[in-house]
Order: sequence, then C-alpha cells, then structure tokens
Amino acid sequence: MVKYVVKRLLLAIVTVLIICAITFFAMHAVPGGPFNREKALSEATINALNARYGLDRPVWQQFLSYMGNILHFGNVFKGEKFLELDFGVSLKNGREISDIISESFPISARLGVSAMAIALVLGSVFGSTAALMRNKLPDRLIVFFSTLFTAVPSFVLATLLLLVFCNKLGWFPAWTPKNPNYVLPVISLAAYPMAYITRLSKTSMLDALSQDYIRTARAKGVSKFKMIFKHALRNSLIPVITYAGPQIAYIITGSMVIETIFTIGGLGSKFVSAITNRDYTMIMATTIFLATLMVVATVICDLLYKAVDPRIQYD
Amino acid sequence: MENNPNMASGKLPKKKPLSMQLDLSKFGSADFIPATEEEKRQQDVMSKSTTFFKDGMRKLFKNPLAVASIGILLLIILVIIIAPMIVPYSYDEILSVNGRRDKGAQNLAPFAYSVLEQEYIAKGGTRFPHIFGTDELSRDYFVRVIYGTRISLSIGLFASLIVLIIGMIYGSISGYIGGKVDLIMMRIVDIIYSLPDMLMIILLSVVLNDILQFPAGSLLSKLGTNMVSLFIVFGLLYWVGLARLIRGQILSIKENEYVLAAKTIGAGPSRIIRKHILPNCLSVIIISTALQIPSAIFTESFLSFVGIGVKAPMPSLGSLANAARSGLESYPYKLIFPAAMICLIVLSLNLLGDGLRDAFDPKLKR
Repeated sequence: MVKYVVKRLLLAIVTVLIICAITFFAMHAVPGGPFNREKALSEATINALNARYGLDRPVWQQFLSYMGNILHFGNVFKGEKFLELDFGVSLKNGREISDIISESFPISARLGVSAMAIALVLGSVFGSTAALMRNKLPDRLIVFFSTLFTAVPSFVLATLLLLVFCNKLGWFPAWTPKNPNYVLPVISLAAYPMAYITRLSKTSMLDALSQDYIRTARAKGVSKFKMIFKHALRNSLIPVITYAGPQIAYIITGSMVIETIFTIGGLGSKFVSAITNRDYTMIMATTIFLATLMVVATVICDLLYKAVDPRIQYD
Repeated sequence: MENNPNMASGKLPKKKPLSMQLDLSKFGSADFIPATEEEKRQQDVMSKSTTFFKDGMRKLFKNPLAVASIGILLLIILVIIIAPMIVPYSYDEILSVNGRRDKGAQNLAPFAYSVLEQEYIAKGGTRFPHIFGTDELSRDYFVRVIYGTRISLSIGLFASLIVLIIGMIYGSISGYIGGKVDLIMMRIVDIIYSLPDMLMIILLSVVLNDILQFPAGSLLSKLGTNMVSLFIVFGLLYWVGLARLIRGQILSIKENEYVLAAKTIGAGPSRIIRKHILPNCLSVIIISTALQIPSAIFTESFLSFVGIGVKAPMPSLGSLANAARSGLESYPYKLIFPAAMICLIVLSLNLLGDGLRDAFDPKLKR
C-alpha cells in the first residue's frame, strides 16, 4: 500500500514536470510576447524588458532557470521554510503571482467545491432513488430531468438563470466582489455534473442490485435499508468516483464561462486573460496549479477505490 | 484408433449393457425410409440466422426514444440541407430592399417586416418572411441559425471521427502489445489527459494563424484557423478517453480462446486486431462515438462562447448564443433559438447513444 502510494506520487511529480515542459515550450513557440501592446513600445524598451525578465535567453535556459526559481529550498536550521514556491511576478502588471492566485483561487474553489458537493450528494441520491424505484413515477421524472440537463450547455443555463432570477424577478442580487451571491453560479455549475452523476449512479446501482451478494443478503434477512447502504451503494460508487475526481480538479480551478457570465473574478477568468495577454509567468503558474490538482485528484481517486471496494488490489 | 480391432473390421463397437445406443445390426434397409419433403422442411431452422449487428439494429428500432431521436436528427439534417436553398438570404447578407440597404431591419422580431419591406409588400412585391427575425446587423436570423447548426454538427461529426480513428489505433496497439509498451503508452495518455485543453487550443490557434494560409474563399478559410486548430486539438488531446476505453476492452478480449486459436494457426497481430478483437469491441466504439459528438458540439460552443471559435461572419450555435447575450433583455429569442437547437441536437444524440448502448451491449440485459 505504502509502496503503491509512493510510486504513484513519484509518477505524479514526473507527470507535472512533463506538463510544465510542454506548456513552457508551447507557450514560447507562440508568436507575440507579453510586451506587445496596442500602443507599440519602442524596440529599445522591449529589449530592455526582455533582458530584465530574462526573455532574451534561449528557451531551454529560461525553462531551467524558471523551474529552479519555483522550487526554493530554504535552510530549515536557520528558521526558513523547507520549501517555498516562488512563481515570480506577473509580466502584465508586476504583481506577485502568489498574491493573484491566493486572491482569486478561494472564490473559484468555494464555487467549485459547493457545486461539486451538491452534484455528488444530490446526484447519487437521485440516481439510487431512480434505480430502487425502477419504472415508477420518481424514476421516470428523474430520468427525464437528468437527460434534459445533460443536454443544456452551462452557459445557456447560466444566462437564462441570470436573466430570469436576477434581472426579471430580482430574487437573487447580481454578483459583486463586496457582496457575492453564490446561489445562481453554483446552480449553473452544478447542473451538468449532477445530471451526469445521476445517470452514472443509476446504471451502476442497477448493476449492483442485480448481483448475487445482494440476493444473499436479502435471503439472510438483511433489512432493505442496510442492504442499500451497506452493500449496494458502496459498490455503485466506483464509476461516480472515476468521473468526479478529475471533474473536481477542473471545477475548483474555475469555470471561465460561468465566471465570465456572472462577472466573477476567479482563477478561470484570470487564466484566460493570462493566455490572451501572453503573461508567461501567470500561464505557467496556473498550469502548474491545475496540473498538480488534477494529478493529486487522480491519485486520491485511485486510493478511494480501495476504501470503497476492498476487493480491488494494487500492484 | 488404428489398433482398434472393431473399427478395422467394419463392425460397431460392442454395446455396453445399460447403454441407450441402438443396435444398428438389428435393422435392415427396409426399416429406413427417406424423409418426405414435408418432413425435411420441418427440420429446417425456423428463423434466419442473425448477426450481432442485425440483432442490435432490431433492438434499437424497438426502442421508441432512440427511433424518435433518429427521426429528429434526420429532420434537422434535412432542414439544414434544404432550408438554405429555399430561403433567399445568405448567412452574411445584410438585408436590402431593391438594392437599398434596409436600415430599419435590425433586430426584427420573428415574422416581422421592417418599414421598407412593408412598403415594398404594399406595392405588391413579395418578401420571404424572417422566420426567426433578424440580428443586430440586419441579417436574417433563421439562415444564420441554420448555418450555425451546419457548422456545429459537422464539427461534432468530424471531431469525433478524428477521435475515433486515433483513439482506436492507439488503444488497440497499447492493449494488444501490453507490458512495457503499454505502460509507457498509458503514461503518455495520463500526461495528455491532464494538459489544460483550453490553453492548448488557444496556443495552437495563435501558432496556426501564422503557419496556415488557406486559399481565400475556401471552406477552411471561412471557418478560420480557430476551428482548424480545434480539430487538431481534438486530434491531439481528446482521443485519450476512447484509447483508454478500447485498451481496457482489448485487455480482456485478447485472453479469449479464439484469439489463441488464431495465433496458433499463424495469424499476425494486425489480422488478429482487425478480424478478432475490433469487431468484439464494436459496441463500445459505436456507443462512445455517438456520445462523443455532443461533447464535441459542447466544446465548440464553449470556445465560440469565449470568443475563440469560428471566424466572425460565419455563425456557429455557440457564437450565436454568445452574441445574443448583449441584448438579452430586449431580444431573448436570439438566445432561445440557437440554445434550443444545441439542446435538441445534444439531447437526441444522447438518447441515441443510450439506445445504442442498450441494443449493442451484450452485458446489459435490461
């Protein structure tokens, strides 16, 4: 078990490093730089800026020095932190990148975590209900709505919610940084994953209910409640975990569409503006952040499989 | 066999006391009469033998939801082929009456006519109705939605075709060879899986903008480099899901006896993959391709939504929905039409995919 975790974590680190390299070289292969403004700067200024940020060196040298700068090992005995991450400053506005991330990530994370929590809980409840009440009215209603919601793009849902409940009915105030109202963004973020998880967990619940061990449990006289929660639900969770793991990593790093519609200054919109501005350091920092979360989520998922289903063996 | 004396002398083996076997030596030729034609017909197999594919199709057409979604999809395809031939406007044409630019034709409601057009009709001219109204640049919105549907559907189809081909080849090689090769190939898949796709699409579209020069007026130049790079990104990034799926299938299929049998009579890996393994994961391939199309349509509409989709005058359903956001309070129908179209297409493709799964997945007996 420990060996497996260590192996997975080492592989995860390698994966993140390779993603960093691909992104770094792809980014620098793109024509245009961070100092191409609408108001053209003089050549001397651009050269000076490039030299200031080390952008005049060959790309591989830049990459090595960048990676060296990020991992900042301190001397523990002198009271410094063992490992300090230093992402440098944004090339666009000169702010510390760690400041930008620590400012915008909590917003995206709060949105994403609440949306995913709602999606997971409601999705598996609805899915299991549909499976248990197969071909009855609740099942048909749940199947109808989950099929419908997997066909609605989140931007359409978000725009309509904003139009109806914020502008027309005025039930929920619009998003402002000082007075954030999470209700509408969370609903529009949660709708698709919820519908998807409902469908997933319905299928896998039906699958679990048709297994022999359920019949054995029933024959032994296990109560229906215990049968569902102890035997069937656990086994039906595996596909849900497979889907939810990477999805959580995606969603908490910010859905730029939802953030754009509700004008939320989260990490997602920051990432997109960084790409369009060629803000190299900001792109790299957000990519590393996203990739790390992704990889960690995958590892946690694999470990969760074992917790949910002890039959699964790691090799 | 050869040292069996009974066989050598043409006699039947000696009958065991409790055996049910008939002693043929007791019967003469008079005891056997040839079967009549009618009796022969009774021995015929009653139903025609069916293949896996035919059986699946039969089940599919018994599923009312799947049939309805096939009908809707066919109807949509028919409309997007025929409608541009009937409607006399083109998707980038700014409306004009008698050669004069119609300035009053902006943001018309569905089936409404502008002042100029009303005068024209009053004088006895005929004007094709604007079924969905017009947009803010006085272009016929119906034609734009139709063209948008064309673009979105073909993007969905081609993108999933690319995904299908690459994913299938990669997944089958990785699953079939196994061992170290499989390990390395799957690590590559893991890495690609966690690359930020939005970043890659934007980066590629900028790079390709400089590299690719399409002949002016061709379809590719109208679609713009963003769309081409979207295809390339689909080809580069999105095949990993299918590759994983097929690899998993092949890992289990290649342990079957018929694969071993094929190997023993000397079939090469390529023949085994083509003739024995791929047909057996056909159901998985069909289903995931049917479900890939809506996801490609979604991706395209997201990209158009954040402004990196198709090039300006060419509409796609996503870019139409995005453009509709600015005047949403006054003209909500401009969002409703393209959004409803996306929902309809994705919904029927999803239902079709579900129907295909129910019909073709032998493990599902529900």
